[in-house]
Amino acid sequence: MKSATTDISQKKTKGMSLKRKEALTGYLFIAPALISLCVFVIYPVVASFIISGFDWGILSAPKFIGLENYKTLFKDPVFLESLKNTTKWVIIYVPASITVSLIVALAMDMPLRGIGFFRVMFYLPVITPMVVCALLFVWIYNTEFGVLNYVLSLFKIPPVGWLSDKRFSLISIALMSIWKHSGYNMLILLSALQGIPETLYEAAAIDGITPWRKFINIKLPLIMPSMYFVILTSVIDAFQVFTEVFIMTKGGPGYSTHTVSYYLFANAFEYGKMGYACAMAVVMFIIILTVTLIQDRILNKNVQYDI
Amino acid sequence: MKQSRRSIIISYIILAFATAIVLLPFFWMLVSSFKSQRELFAYPPKFFPSVWKWENYRQVLNAGRITFFEMFLNSMKVTIPVVVFNIIFSSLAAYAFARIEFPFRKFLFMLFISSMMIPSAVTMIPRFLLFSNLKLVDTYAPLILPSAFGTAFSIFLLRQFFMTIPVDLEEAAVIDGCGKLRIWATIMLPLSKPIIATLGVFLFQGSYNDFMNPLIYLNTDTKFTVQLGLASFRNSFSTRYDLIMAGSMLALIPVLVIYILCQKYIVRGIVMSGLKG
Repeated sequence: MKSATTDISQKKTKGMSLKRKEALTGYLFIAPALISLCVFVIYPVVASFIISGFDWGILSAPKFIGLENYKTLFKDPVFLESLKNTTKWVIIYVPASITVSLIVALAMDMPLRGIGFFRVMFYLPVITPMVVCALLFVWIYNTEFGVLNYVLSLFKIPPVGWLSDKRFSLISIALMSIWKHSGYNMLILLSALQGIPETLYEAAAIDGITPWRKFINIKLPLIMPSMYFVILTSVIDAFQVFTEVFIMTKGGPGYSTHTVSYYLFANAFEYGKMGYACAMAVVMFIIILTVTLIQDRILNKNVQYDI
Repeated sequence: MKQSRRSIIISYIILAFATAIVLLPFFWMLVSSFKSQRELFAYPPKFFPSVWKWENYRQVLNAGRITFFEMFLNSMKVTIPVVVFNIIFSSLAAYAFARIEFPFRKFLFMLFISSMMIPSAVTMIPRFLLFSNLKLVDTYAPLILPSAFGTAFSIFLLRQFFMTIPVDLEEAAVIDGCGKLRIWATIMLPLSKPIIATLGVFLFQGSYNDFMNPLIYLNTDTKFTVQLGLASFRNSFSTRYDLIMAGSMLALIPVLVIYILCQKYIVRGIVMSGLKG
């Protein structure tokens, strides 16, 4: 692991300078990335916290107002609605998308012919631009002319206003998003499943284990680290849902598909309320951080089987 | 290992079903893009157009203030610098994290890793204010600069790969008196072609498919990228789904070509990024 130059460092005097030279090289190599990280990530995060304490419009001079933005935020019915919708979104999207990914990954883990074809196809929506997916489903979900309602009409189901009915709009977008994203998690889970050593199955086969027990007692515990990764990244992404909402419904009908990201975007770039939008970003950050930490506590307990 | 017949059959059914669900919308996009207005809104819908209307594509290519091809060039003005510079600077940093000893190495690496967990909403507004103070709004700089100097995910992926390269190869070079920069350029990079290809595909996709940043920063419609231009179609011809679908097909083609060419690299990249768990 250690590079060759460290061995030379045992020769004291010359070694010290070599070691320092090496450290300097190291810092030079990471400098562009580190400066970029400071300018484009760390500084903005800190700045978001600070700006959230200001009444910060596009034209007027910023005015410090302390926690006023946060007080307004939790009395703002649209924000509370957005927060509710985002929570609903996470609760619908994450379990459903992971279940789909897991089921498909389990099926793909079988020694089947043509598995490469299935894998390529199932991943196709992931590489497709979100704008394309969103526009495509706007057309499919169209109440009068959409193909989905036509197919349902064959089963005598009356037309549903997938995107125009408040009861369905959020779920409809979530279904599209699950359709688009499941391939990614599926591939991660599949590679975890394929990393399970054959010998474990062989031992289980001697015991005459049922497929269900095999899944619960062998596969699931062993893919837990990947499950953990998949759940974590899905939750973080789900909290930030934006593009599909922006394209498909613009937050409507009513406020039924307003999410925190959407409302934040509208406040910052349409109403020019930068301070207020930053307060939202901070709240979102804290929520995501809390959820991540709780998950870490719960899930890490189950990740004990290192192979 | 032998699988029971039953579980094989069930697996096939699941996969056939899943693939059908995935492919049918694409099929619908394809046929819709070739239909005439009349057939598009016909009831019951016809699955294949009676005449394949290539005219839709010709119309879409020249629909906006700028042609589709110009939008594609705009996208490339963003995407190509991002891919090239990100790979150069990320691999430099990744090499340092994998092979060079320096104080706080672990801490700094963890700093990069944990930055991946930061939601983009938290950095969005200060970044915008920064670029707006620098008078860079409505240029491509805000779309390029934040990812041009190396990003956490790329550094992580490259470092993972560098760690698997045997150290002996570099030791020979050190004895020959090669500097670190030369080792990076003449040994590490050539050995890392597969992972660089993977990363290139990821970066291309991420930058080309991005919608939110172009939406925030680009105002002049002659500067629109493909995604932004495509989204604006929805406003300009609201119910012309034939044209919207044709535009969507065109927007999909570049990523589709890359996907077909680099499919195996994509799979490998995801497998590696999931290893973090």
